[in-house]
Amino acid sequence: MSIMEYNGGSVIAMVGKECVAIASDLRLGNQALGISSNFQKIFQMTDRIFLGLPGLATDVTTLKETFRFRVNMYTIKEERELEPETFAHMVSSALYERRFGPYFIEPVMCGLQKTHDGSYKPFIAATDLIGCLNFAKDFVVAGTASSKLFGVAEGLWEPDLEPEDLFETCAQTLLNAVDRDAYSGWGAEVYVLTKDKVIKRTLKGRMD
Amino acid sequence: MPDGSFAHPQQRQFNPYSDNGGTILAIAGADFTVIAGDTRQSEGYSIQTRYAPKVFRLTDRAVLAVNGFAADGNMFVKKVKQRLEWYRHAHAKDMPLRAIARLIQTMLYAQRFFPYYVYNILGGIEEDGTGAVYSFDPVGSYEREACRAAGAAQSLVQPFLDNQIYFKNQKAAPGTTHPAHLPLSDVLSIVIDSFTSATERHIEVGDGLEIYVVVAQGRSPQGLDAFRGAQELSTQPNGDRMFIIRRELKKD
Amino acid sequence: MATASVYSGPGFDFTNEVRNNFLTDRGIPLPKATSTGTTIVGCLFKDGIILGADTRATEGPIVADKNCEKIHYITDNIRCCGAGTAADTEFTTALISSNMELHALSTGRKPRVVTAMTMLKQMLFRYQGHIGAALVLGGVDVTGPQLFTIHPHGSTDKLPYVTMGSGSLAAMAVFEAQWKPNMERAEALDLVCAAISAGIFNDLGSGSNVDACVITASHTEMLRNFVKPNERVQKERSYTFRRGTTEWKKEEIRALVVEEDITHITGRGTEEAMDTS
Repeated sequence: MSIMEYNGGSVIAMVGKECVAIASDLRLGNQALGISSNFQKIFQMTDRIFLGLPGLATDVTTLKETFRFRVNMYTIKEERELEPETFAHMVSSALYERRFGPYFIEPVMCGLQKTHDGSYKPFIAATDLIGCLNFAKDFVVAGTASSKLFGVAEGLWEPDLEPEDLFETCAQTLLNAVDRDAYSGWGAEVYVLTKDKVIKRTLKGRMD
Repeated sequence: MPDGSFAHPQQRQFNPYSDNGGTILAIAGADFTVIAGDTRQSEGYSIQTRYAPKVFRLTDRAVLAVNGFAADGNMFVKKVKQRLEWYRHAHAKDMPLRAIARLIQTMLYAQRFFPYYVYNILGGIEEDGTGAVYSFDPVGSYEREACRAAGAAQSLVQPFLDNQIYFKNQKAAPGTTHPAHLPLSDVLSIVIDSFTSATERHIEVGDGLEIYVVVAQGRSPQGLDAFRGAQELSTQPNGDRMFIIRRELKKD
Repeated sequence: MATASVYSGPGFDFTNEVRNNFLTDRGIPLPKATSTGTTIVGCLFKDGIILGADTRATEGPIVADKNCEKIHYITDNIRCCGAGTAADTEFTTALISSNMELHALSTGRKPRVVTAMTMLKQMLFRYQGHIGAALVLGGVDVTGPQLFTIHPHGSTDKLPYVTMGSGSLAAMAVFEAQWKPNMERAEALDLVCAAISAGIFNDLGSGSNVDACVITASHTEMLRNFVKPNERVQKERSYTFRRGTTEWKKEEIRALVVEEDITHITGRGTEEAMDTS
């Protein structure tokens, strides 16, 4: 049994029309035993960057704090807000530092990137556990239900979804994928990020 | 070992099984059943052939899809066809679908201690004219369902089917309920999109798609005879009708 | 009380090794990293080098990235294709690229391909193959066009045409049949595309598009997605949902700052420094 499946959990991020969504389940388990149905895996890094951390729970906590520190240091030193693409490279380097003793996490991030004309462009990225970046244009997935998420997302996603439609597509993708995975589920939450607000919804899903 | 370390004792043995990849699925409608499979046969990172059918016509109303170890799959289909022929001679009629399902269970369990490494999905029209799908595990456990995907991309396709066929996690519009059965055109779109999605994300799926549609006797084929590429395979003029549709899938 | 330093030095950090070895001994294996499956090729032609690569990144049998970039920048006139563990190829080439720029500034000379090759092989040998990077390095420098392969353990070969990755046999079959010395650019580019396409269609670990890079003495041309033989067909149906399909329990909306107006409230004329005594 792989160490990535020890605690369970899955995350997905999707691109819409001038918006992004990131969603995760809420389960924390000890192999087959479920411990918590309230284990947060998505964290806000800056106003417009969200980071999802599926994998070993102890590393979720460690990395969340590590990145909070690094983002704060960046903001203090550079006196400006961190951009999503820069954050993605920061995550990649932090993971590759531990190449031969990695963190058991496959981070997923999403955000809105400032463009030169002042508008915001949707951004998503994911890395593997040693920091190989994947900048997708449509969606990125990670966690124990990743193959199920790939299958449903590939079927349901289409480009240029409005925020409310992106919420529906992302939520349905996550719920149906985790229902087929024994190590993910026990609740779900979805964040939809647009240029002027963040909407967080806690979903009603199967609790078995 | 050359570097001075000692390897632990090893035992080598011939592995009688191999995995030939591919994916199959079947969906039952009110009066029709759709059974589909891709046509790629692979081993490891190589493609053995781009066209190896995995879905076979058993009788006018029954279609069997086999996936897993191709050698076992092909031989198993041959043996099932042989048993159906004996039944035909003995009873002067075709075996009903639920009886074929039970027969497949006994044939698989007979090899309980050296199994056929195949995941079977049997689809067709029941004696009462309804669409039916039966899915099996390699040693014969089976169940009748409305839809099932099996094979390499099972984990990709099955949750998509759960959402689109069973409407799982979907709340119906207020005052309405979800339909119990979908029309044939919707089901065919879902099947084709499931396979194109699986082809995108799974390396062992691709090359071609074969879809068999069995329509109950006397029921309308819902525009299938005019569907692009549909070919009729029915033998009886007034019995259940069977069609086959072939599509190309990505070859990379 | 002395607190642990939160600043980590440069290079690899092995502090998780003890924990991970303990887990492996307990029968919990290390997870599989993204591998590029891959077909990468390089070939010499009349005016220089052409490098080619497919664009599929796999995680086991699943395609993780359908359009990743495998031709990495080393210097303006040198590029490197990477196969094997994707993170390793990415970071190794980035490190050597950085060192090459510093080296060029230090020596005051245009960078040479053999320099990059030596840096790469010495680093990979030092890590005894644990860095899973199999590279095709090519470029044109003052000594002429050069093409090398570098294996994860640090061995190198200098050849007129090379292939690496899981699709290398399919690509090499094309090269062995059709490569000849002193080809024209168009002919060589067609050959590279044919070799990569052989990998894309016959190897399951390779797929999607063909990337190419033409390097000559005068300039380097990066042809990203040069051939796209695997576009997804349009889906049969749209799967958008009715708004309100998903049931939710709780909603929190947080408004973000979109525009800020900064009004300075400072002194009347003379700026007086704060007295902090």
